[in-house]
Amino acid sequence: MTEPAPLAPADKQARLAARLRQRHRSDQLFRLAGMAAVAFAGLVLAFLLFTMTANGIGGFQRAELKVPVNLANGVIQLDPSQLAAGDPVTVLESAGLPALVDSELERAYGKDGPRLVIDGAWREAARRIARDPARLNQQVDFWLPASNDMAGALRGEGTPAELAQGKALAQSGVLARHFDGGFLSPGDATSPQEVGIWGALKGSILTMLVTLALAFPIGVLSAVYLEEYAPRNRWTDLIEVSINNLAAVPSIIFGLLGLAVFLGLFPNWRSAPLIGGMTLALMTMPVIVISGRNAIKAVPPSIRDAALGIGASRIQVVFHHVLPLALPGILTGTIIGMARALGETAPLLMIGMRAFVAAPPDGLTSPSSVLPVQIFLWSDEIDRGFVERTSAAIIVLLLFLLAMNSLAITLRNRFEKRW
Amino acid sequence: MTTYHELDPVEAKISARDVSVFYGEKQALDAVSIDIATEYVTAFIGPSGCGKSTFLRTLNRMNDTIANARVEGEIKLDGEDIYRSGMDVVQLRARVGMVFQKPNPFPKSIYENVAYGPRIHGLASGKGELDGIVERSLKRAGLWEEVKDRLADSGTALSGGQQQRLCIARAIAVDPEVILMDEPCSALDPIATAKIEELISELKGNYAIVIVTHSMQQAARVSQRTAFFHLGKMVEYGKTSDIFTAPREERTKDYITGRYG
Repeated sequence: MTEPAPLAPADKQARLAARLRQRHRSDQLFRLAGMAAVAFAGLVLAFLLFTMTANGIGGFQRAELKVPVNLANGVIQLDPSQLAAGDPVTVLESAGLPALVDSELERAYGKDGPRLVIDGAWREAARRIARDPARLNQQVDFWLPASNDMAGALRGEGTPAELAQGKALAQSGVLARHFDGGFLSPGDATSPQEVGIWGALKGSILTMLVTLALAFPIGVLSAVYLEEYAPRNRWTDLIEVSINNLAAVPSIIFGLLGLAVFLGLFPNWRSAPLIGGMTLALMTMPVIVISGRNAIKAVPPSIRDAALGIGASRIQVVFHHVLPLALPGILTGTIIGMARALGETAPLLMIGMRAFVAAPPDGLTSPSSVLPVQIFLWSDEIDRGFVERTSAAIIVLLLFLLAMNSLAITLRNRFEKRW
Repeated sequence: MTTYHELDPVEAKISARDVSVFYGEKQALDAVSIDIATEYVTAFIGPSGCGKSTFLRTLNRMNDTIANARVEGEIKLDGEDIYRSGMDVVQLRARVGMVFQKPNPFPKSIYENVAYGPRIHGLASGKGELDGIVERSLKRAGLWEEVKDRLADSGTALSGGQQQRLCIARAIAVDPEVILMDEPCSALDPIATAKIEELISELKGNYAIVIVTHSMQQAARVSQRTAFFHLGKMVEYGKTSDIFTAPREERTKDYITGRYG
């Protein structure tokens, strides 16, 4: 083999220049590809947010009918002080408010008047009277939830007769869409005009609290033990592999586990946030363990040496130095795990959290729904009125997620240390 | 041949006898015996991987943190075997402080760095006393004038040399009897190194100081006793002046004159 002849200086320059051009080109291509990826992700996010808000804003509104009610005509013989005696709605019911509202509807809109509002629309009036008892002796205009037909007519759906009636009412200014404060207060209902999200939201909050309270300490302690204390042997290897596998198990399997174990132990707490939270904690814990171990591993050994070197005990090393430095990483893992748990539907279906629950849960053990399951249930409804409600519920879910994540990120930034 | 003790009429603070260290199957240190006294600064010199740092870390049981490390032999601190069962490692490390190769202040304020040791050992009762300990320690470490107006700043914001002096202040804040220094100047520039060396000379006599160093000039400047390690064995131990001017062992002479290392 002969050695190649040395390159002439001009040749060498040409080769270098050609290579350099190629490198610059690939540099630029790579940057463009990266920018395109980010732009695509941004577009998808913007599209999602835009369609959700456009559809969902209507979900926070409700079609309402103006009903003039004369409370001073002597039909209702009540003193404002009597309202405070019991549940105002019940008191007003027995005093004849439902019949009064019906007769006023007939007076204003004819024989079919009562059918223009939902059944039990008088309750809405009763609640408003309870808030301001002085109205008992006045002529009041109530905006009561319109019937599903009229709500549909206002959206442009329904039979020609309904559409015409709705149009006429809207033109005379007695049928209109108003912000529905009620959407944020009560629980589920069968009619889209009456549903509220608070039951599901409260259920989600309670479930998340249980999940966090279980998964965070157990996950962090496991991570600390595995990283700082456990000897390296076959058993710890086995545990490590198991935890990694656990993080990849499909969520419905955890639902089956929750059904078999937790509901087997506590059969009375079906659909309860406590059981839901425990099931989701099983799912979240491995994520926290894995991220926690990585965060603890990333703490420089020199810090451990420094603390040990002046006589800190192992537990002091962990709690004074390692954990505070690992906390940002642990919190990142916790955010990811909790966000996944918040959006999880499948395991909760297994433990009965898909039941129709009208009243918001009043504790950890009372039946409840959660936001994603509520969204799933509403999206399955036939009534078109639920479409907007579903979008509105998705907005509530996203806002909840946003609030949870901002809290975690704020905490993380507070603990972040500069080296 | 290994020699120890007979050259000093003073009492030994630490006396090690036939100390061997194994990492798993590999023997890192072979039957080292030495006496270390408070009156002198003792330097360990030798080429990389000779076992001098390993030996230093056996003196406050920092090797305990290495999973498969095993120590044989006997090390006594004031006549008390530090490897006996029931020995409290936490208390041992409060008596035998350590300064590491790379400055490693905690990512906390300067004040907290120094106050941490006294606080965990419960040495100060009350804020006033703790303030006093912090000030005294920083003064002894020659750092007080530079940081007294910014004690709340992060310790990691200091320069490398200041960080190392902060680590020394942190070590002396718990008032140890022995200070082990593992190549404390290897990451520092000559000016910062000179300051640390000056500091070592000032601390001499109050604490038994053991310093591991790669720099023979440094050993010659700061120490009164020098031990030369090679391939896991302590080859020679004696007065620093003797080691550098009239080494008895051929290997010591070769190392000192730069034949290898």
